[in-house]
Amino acid sequence: MNFQMVVLWSDICVALLLAGLIGLAVFSARRPLLRAAWGRVGASRPGMAAATILVFFALVGLLDSLHYRPRLENAGDGKAVYSVEVLSALDALASPLRERVEKTYSAPFAAHSYSRESIEIEDADGQKRQGRDFPRLTYGGAHLQTDADGKLSGRAADIAARVLLAFAAAAGVWVMAASAVVYALARRQARTLESPEIPWRQTLREIGQGKTVFAWNSVLAAFGVLLLVLMPLFFLCADYHVFGTDKVGTDVFYQVLKSIRTALVIGLVATLVTMPLALILGLLAGYFRGWIDDLVQYLYTTLNSIPGVLLIAASIMMMQVVIDTHPHWFSTAAERADLRLLALCFILGLTSWTSLCRLLRGETLKLRELEYIQAAQAFGVPSWRIMARHLAPNLMHIIVITLAMDFSSLVLAEAVLSYIGIGVDPLMISFGTMIDNARMELSRDPAVWWSLSAAFAFMLALVLSANLLADAVRDAFDPRLVR
Amino acid sequence: MFAYILRRLLYAIPILIGVNLISFALFFVVNTPDDMARMQLGVKRVTPEAIEKWKAERGYDKPLFWNAGAAGVEKATETIFFDKSARMFIGEFGRAEDGRDIRREIRTRMGPSLAIALPTFILGLFAAISCALTLAFFRATRFDFWGVVLCVTMMSVSSLFYIIGGQYLVAKVWQWVPISGYSGGLDAWRFLILPVLIGVLAGLGSSTRWYRTLFLEEIAKDYVRTARAKGLSEALVMSRHVLRNALIPILTGVVVVIPSLFMGSLLIESFFGIPGLGSYTIDAILAQDFSVVRAMVFIGSVLYIIGLILTDISYTWVDPRIRFQ
Repeated sequence: MNFQMVVLWSDICVALLLAGLIGLAVFSARRPLLRAAWGRVGASRPGMAAATILVFFALVGLLDSLHYRPRLENAGDGKAVYSVEVLSALDALASPLRERVEKTYSAPFAAHSYSRESIEIEDADGQKRQGRDFPRLTYGGAHLQTDADGKLSGRAADIAARVLLAFAAAAGVWVMAASAVVYALARRQARTLESPEIPWRQTLREIGQGKTVFAWNSVLAAFGVLLLVLMPLFFLCADYHVFGTDKVGTDVFYQVLKSIRTALVIGLVATLVTMPLALILGLLAGYFRGWIDDLVQYLYTTLNSIPGVLLIAASIMMMQVVIDTHPHWFSTAAERADLRLLALCFILGLTSWTSLCRLLRGETLKLRELEYIQAAQAFGVPSWRIMARHLAPNLMHIIVITLAMDFSSLVLAEAVLSYIGIGVDPLMISFGTMIDNARMELSRDPAVWWSLSAAFAFMLALVLSANLLADAVRDAFDPRLVR
Repeated sequence: MFAYILRRLLYAIPILIGVNLISFALFFVVNTPDDMARMQLGVKRVTPEAIEKWKAERGYDKPLFWNAGAAGVEKATETIFFDKSARMFIGEFGRAEDGRDIRREIRTRMGPSLAIALPTFILGLFAAISCALTLAFFRATRFDFWGVVLCVTMMSVSSLFYIIGGQYLVAKVWQWVPISGYSGGLDAWRFLILPVLIGVLAGLGSSTRWYRTLFLEEIAKDYVRTARAKGLSEALVMSRHVLRNALIPILTGVVVVIPSLFMGSLLIESFFGIPGLGSYTIDAILAQDFSVVRAMVFIGSVLYIIGLILTDISYTWVDPRIRFQ
């Protein structure tokens, strides 16, 4: 084994989340009402386009959740020694991006550094002298030749050729995926109609005109757009810094990819913490009423009345003191950063469970008066069983809607909190720390715009698709909306 | 009515005690004062004497809840809990790390905070209601659809980008206003206009979308159909009937934040260098000044509770059908 598996606490949470999602899928598939609601989500055109893009983010996040420590090369006595650096499967795949570190800032696609340095310049007569100029980057555009007067040659042509190649590859992949979808749909159509011939043309036409029940046309369109954006990036990032480099020379594209997991963990784990607490307390308060209700209401009014940012700030400050005074708990810096990330998730969850709890309590108050609950009570079903079997499943729609709606606000909150300095560990790459590190860059001359722009674009893509999917989920699950 | 308000005020007391206990537990029970002293003095090269001195200077050398060594009432009063938490009820917040009186700081910083927060609030409300009314007027058209898409896109952008982008474009590239700073008096508008506009823009997307659904709910009601049946024009129906009635949920919904405007805006104040309570809070968080953060937690929850009571009062004020038992 030339590596050692490392399972961080947040990896366990990611695995739990995955299991929870699979559980939710199985649970919904068995219940006709929930299955119909998910069917309506699947029919939503914007929702499914957003879901396609979210699948890409989720894949990156999952790859980034498999952690290991590489074995060090020359451990003398044959005993296995592992690096203190914790890497992930994504790091292994993107190792060229991670390892190609320049000295300092460089613009996207640049072959020269952002700032002047003292370097040796060769004069026309072959004499070398010291001068200040923009040095060539070690890796970015290193394969390009300079011509006689020191100008780069053929950079635009090189980029254009690669982009064209990438578009061709994207088209190839897209056509393959689209034909697979058409093939599967047409086969199924033939089977349901029990006709011997497979209706290719009809299926193709239905997808093209958006007449399929599931929104295949928008899934394929979103997949196409995704390929058109990502393929050129992958083809170019081998030899260029596509989004430039930051102050210490790290590739910004790599940082953006790493930020995705942090955002996903914050957005999902926080709700995972929220849900059981809100569900249990909401059910208890709504079902038993009386002093339990008073107590739960008091609890969430009190927590609600503390300004959220300040409660988070206070908790994180306290957490930081605990972490700083117990350095022996953590064997690597990654573990420490990971614990702080989880702490942030817990605190965000604890400050935001109140609104979900209020909704669940209200719905339980309404449901407990219905006949089927009274029938269960008359049969002598114990209270906990009524809550678990009869009430909780009927609160699922509220939980699903809240989970979807909260995700985007949590991702946005992470950025703000990290900017204030009470977010994730400063060493952990996230959208918030990227913005925090880049906050002064626009005031430089010439302005360093790439780091912020890359964080902006990826965050917008993530949050916008989350919002669109959340809207589709809300429309499909909310019983108050008339359909 | 009076009895109701009195009861709400009395109900606020246990909540405030709860807030106080939570913040006390966070700041003193999770970590002992010794840990905080080590944190403030720097983890390395810290002597037990230095820790004792730090604690004595700030009054952290007393027992947490119960001083068995003291006599009489002082058993309860000569404690950290009484000193640091119970005295907040009478507005005694103590001193910050730099020795300044927190109460005086809050009083001087309230002005600049309000100068930003109040115009942002009023302009933002006005802009969002106008946009939402326009979208509702053109409901179920292409304009409405793209308007909602724009709203969702606007609320998907982090507020940090509005601030950074706006500051860069308006103040640095176009140089219309100073980048940051503040001055008292009438001259302040040059410093205030950009943060206010950015604040309005950053909140526009989500509130417009929310008010639009409120308008649409109102449009679906029977009296609107009656008004149309009488032959009123659509514009008149919207402005005379729908707007007025939809304002009830909108206004009662925003009343809760009005007292909290005193707290200022954390991000905008710190980006634009406005000496308000928001930037005070951020500085305290960055400097790990526990007493200031604790004071702000307390004030914030007091203002929130006042907001809740005002909300309830505003319900009766706009809608006489609601009675309090």
